[in-house]
Formats: sequence, structure tokens, C-alpha cells
Amino acid sequence: MTSVNNPILSVQGLTKHFPGGREGLIGKRDVVQAVDGVNFEVAAGEALGLVGESGCGKSTTGRLITRLLEPTAGTVTFEGQDISHFSNAQMRPIRTQLQMIFQDPYASLNPRHTVGTIVSTPFKINKVTPEGGVKKRVQEILEIVGLNPEHYNRYPHEFSGGQRQRIGIARALALRPKLIVADEPVSALDVSIQAQIINLMKDLQKDFGLTFVFIAHDLAVVRHFAQRVAVMYLGNIVEIADRDTLYATPKHPYTKALLSAVPEADPDATGARERIRLTGDVPNPINPPSGCRFRTRCWKAAEICAIEPPALLQIGKTQVACHFPE
Amino acid sequence: MSAFLEVKNLSVAFPTEDGIVQAVDSLSFSVEKGKTLGIVGESGSGKSVTSLAILGLQKGSKARVSGEIWVDGNEIISASEAEVRKLRGKAMSMIFQDALAALHPYYTVGHQIAEAYLVHNDVSKKVAATRAIEMLDRVGIPEPHKRVNDYPHQFSGGMRQRAMIAMALSCNPSLLIADEPTTALDVTVQAQILELLRDLQKEFGTAIILITHDLGVVAETADDVLLMYAGKQIEYGTVRDVLQVPQHPYAWGLLTSIPRLTGDPNLALTAIQGAPPSLISVPSGCAFHPRCTYVDNVGTACTNIIPELIPVSEGKHHSVRCHMSAKVRQDIFANKVEPQL
Repeated sequence: MTSVNNPILSVQGLTKHFPGGREGLIGKRDVVQAVDGVNFEVAAGEALGLVGESGCGKSTTGRLITRLLEPTAGTVTFEGQDISHFSNAQMRPIRTQLQMIFQDPYASLNPRHTVGTIVSTPFKINKVTPEGGVKKRVQEILEIVGLNPEHYNRYPHEFSGGQRQRIGIARALALRPKLIVADEPVSALDVSIQAQIINLMKDLQKDFGLTFVFIAHDLAVVRHFAQRVAVMYLGNIVEIADRDTLYATPKHPYTKALLSAVPEADPDATGARERIRLTGDVPNPINPPSGCRFRTRCWKAAEICAIEPPALLQIGKTQVACHFPE
Repeated sequence: MSAFLEVKNLSVAFPTEDGIVQAVDSLSFSVEKGKTLGIVGESGSGKSVTSLAILGLQKGSKARVSGEIWVDGNEIISASEAEVRKLRGKAMSMIFQDALAALHPYYTVGHQIAEAYLVHNDVSKKVAATRAIEMLDRVGIPEPHKRVNDYPHQFSGGMRQRAMIAMALSCNPSLLIADEPTTALDVTVQAQILELLRDLQKEFGTAIILITHDLGVVAETADDVLLMYAGKQIEYGTVRDVLQVPQHPYAWGLLTSIPRLTGDPNLALTAIQGAPPSLISVPSGCAFHPRCTYVDNVGTACTNIIPELIPVSEGKHHSVRCHMSAKVRQDIFANKVEPQL
């Protein structure tokens, strides 16, 4: 695979298998292959979008990168250090550099803690005392994310969904991390609020030189945030390219189908576009199809697709895993 | 009466400890057979409350419902529970956002579809069971004669949504209310379900009310659009008029704030400031005024007087609830909004 210059994060052969149900009492346990041999690198200062449908392994990948989960195989290298099997104690200093923003702004904030407590917890855990004291720093951060610093003593329930997501962003920013993994940060928000949060995160990326791994199912949202995009399907990356290349000339049939399925808010545009309708649903990751995992829904599938899993190969500016790329 | 469903001045209020919540306020619209009305709004705008009122599901609750709802010549609000029950299923039916919650986990999918058919048709259980298989086949479930005996948890998300559509359509209802039918689904499956709804509508001439927050889904499926904000309809017209020449500043805000697959992705999105209001403390005058960029164009009217719903031009179906004059709106739209669409 091609390497990006100066990668802050590098993921090689990343695999996570979860134990599934058992057949009978003494039968073999099923294995859910959530993420299976994923490779990618993220350059410092860029935003990599990770897109795919539910169950494709994008969130698991995010949790492996931040080491909320331990990989079954493969490595996660952050700033040259292999953190794949670090203990919690070993991870603590790393976590000052590596933060996460969660999808649900209602579930990810402790309702019994004030905003001040929530945003200052990272300082306490890592025993960091910022210049001028914790309170002053927290109020600065609240202002940066567009909240009133005087709301320091309020509780999460006093805020709207969009404001809560700002609190989650403030908490992630507290220790001035280098890399933020944002897992569906806007999908739980009302349409009119989503743009506010996307704009805020874009500004933060620019102002603080942050690196983002932006996980989302919405291709239009990813297009507005990420400079490079990786498309996942059933635990594999099927295509990676820079944003303009991926959206203009998708090479993998799945990427093409995914793009054509996005409804556009213009009654005339929808009639003009080429439509690809996939049949069926995403197969079960306990028992994924042999060879190419997309073949059961692919209109191009041939014999070889069932036998040999396609490797992620460079074609032009794109890396694509397909026997018959567009 | 020309339209199959006619709603006139519908209001729904809930008394709560914190005061009266006016969830829906003087809503008027109509849907003809074979047509789709998209009701669009954010959370708390009154979309779902409207659909429950049409189905008469607020009878016996504390909700205060007023106005008129005519379904095929029957008025729902003044009708008794027994009368409305006769209409549900046959004349009108509903599909919900969360199919797993709407299906009973203890009964097979086939049993649940057959049950709906048995209630409204004087047939044997055998005929109803055959009907269940027929409907599953019609909504594209593979091997319907086998899957009819499956329980809801054995279906995938997309299949459950199809099963619920099969149940809702088993008695050939003339009106189908779909409340966020694809919000919980992936885009590729969403595309399948929307196509299925369109095909079934063509075949049976069903009138559909599609409740959604997704303007893309509306553009693909609806004939008319009703835009709601804080319980009021603020814009109403054909899908072309509302999405291509929108008149209300909220519609402008929504259309310019959504990320799209076309246009320059490096430009910042034009976000609407603030957040939707709580229905307990709806802003005075126009409920949108605290978030409106153009409130200065009018003066004090926006903060004091609730704007009337007026036709955009004489005799037109397209109507809007805004104090700005047609001329001012046209200028703003042409200069500031249209270039961003």
C-alpha cells in the first residue's frame, strides 16, 4: 500500500473478532469477524473519513484505534509507538494525545456531573495542571466550542442536543490532543444543528492542526469534512482515495452503489442520476461470503470473486479491493 | 370532497405540569389518492403528533384535539373509538420508524400479518395465512412461504421494515402514514424501501403521508411538501416549489445547511443559528424569529405577531407563513439563497 507522508497513525492488518453464540452447550463458539485485516495510514493534520453501513466495522475500527478495544491481530501504531497491546496504565499518557468524540450526546455525558466537572476530568485523570488553573482553561475551551463559559456549573440536561455535542467536543479538546476519533458525531442531531457542528470541527481542525478520523454513514457529511475517504464493507476496506477522486470516480462497485443510493434534496437531480439498486442486505459477519465479501450483492460478481478475496491495490489515485474495478 | 384526506385547522395540545404544550397548531392540508405528502420538520415540530391524530390514536388520552380530519368522508375527531377502529387498517394504516419495536416478539411475522387481515375481513384463518405469504412475497421477502413462520428477530432490519409494510398494506388501505420509515435503515436498504413504497402506491393508488426530516427522501418520493416548525405549518406546496423556490427563511436555512454530494465541499455550510424551541416556551410572534437572519427586514412584527399562512402568489397552491413581503423574499432568495443551492 502507498504510505502517506509523516503518518501520525498507522494501522496494519487490524483484526477484531468477537465471540458470538454457541451451537448447543458444547458446540464451537461462533466468531463475529467485525474487522478483518484493515490497513490504512493517517497523515498529521488530515481528516480521514471512514464510511460504511451498519455492521461494516467502522465503529469497531475507531475503538481499536483509541484502544477502547484490544485487537485480535494486527497493529495500531501511533506516533511511531505500537500501542496495540498497551495496558491501561501504558495508555494513559497516550490518551492525552488521542481522544474520542461519541455519537450520542445524551449517553456520553454523565448526567450527575456539571459541565465544568466533565470537561476538567481529563486534567484530573492525567494529573495535568494547565497554566492559569483548570477552571480558567476549561472556560477557555467552552468558549472555543461556542458555549457560554458561565455555564460551567450547569448540568447536561440543561443543554440541547447540539450544545451537548459541543460539551463532548470540549472534553475531547481539553488536553490538546493530536488525533481525535469522531464516531458519527452529527448523526444524532437535528438537520439544522448538524451544519453547526461540522463547521465547528472544521474550524478546530484548522486552528489547532488536529488530525481526525471521522466515522460516519452519511456520504454527504463525510464529503464536507474529510480530505481522504476510506469505504468499509463487512470488516474490510474496499476503497481508499482522496475525496475528490472517490466521489467523482468511484472504482469499487459498492462505493458506486452507495453514492447512487443517497437521496438528493432536488427533485430534478434525482431523476438525472444513474441509479444502482443493490438487492438484499449486508450478510452476517459470523459467516461472511467467501472470496470478496461484497460478491453476494454485486452485479459484476464472477467465479473468481467467490474464490479469491481481492487485495487492496493501487489503480491511478485510488486503492481498491475488487477483481473488476470500474 | 375531492381529496381522500382533508385536514382543517387541526390543533393538538397536551396539558402538562409545566403548562399546556401546543404540539400542533392550526394545521390544514389534503392528500389525494395516489399522491404522497411529505411532512418535514425537526424533532418536536409536531410531525408525529399529527399522524397520531389522523389515526385517532389520541382518543382517551389527555390530548386536546380540535379541528376537522376527514378520511374518505368520515370525520375522525368527533367519531367514536369504535368508528375509528373500523377505519384503521382498512381505510388508513401506519408504518413506524422502529420495526423491531412495532412488531410483537412472541408471534411469528406471518401470524401478525394474518391477524390484521382477519380483523377486517370475514375470512378463514387459512385464507388469512395465504394472504400473509402473498403480502411478504409482494414486498420482496425471499422464500415467503418459509419466512412467514419466522419471528421478528430472525429478520434483518430491512426485512422487518418490509414485513411491517406488508402488514400495513394487507387490507389495501387507501391512506398509508409512514413515520420516518427509513431513518433506521442504511442508505442502500433505504433506497430499496422507498422504491417499494413507490411501486405499491402506483399499483394500489394509495395516498401516502411520509413523515421525515430528510429533504433528500422528500425530493425522491413526495408530490407535496408541508414544512413544520414548532407545531405550525410554515410552508406548504408542491415538492418542486418548496425545494426549488422555497419562501420561508427556515426552508432556506435547511436547504443551505445540508451537506450535499454536489457543489464545493471546501465552502463552510451555512448553518442555522440556535436550536429548535421547546414547545413549553415557544417564542412570541413568529416562532422562528430568534433564529431568523432576516428578522431586521420587517421590524417588530416578527417578535409580536404570529404571521398568517398566505399564498405565495394569487391562487397558487404554494403558501408560506412569513411577515416579509413577496418582493423582499424574492430578492433575498435570488441574491443570497439560490447561489448556494
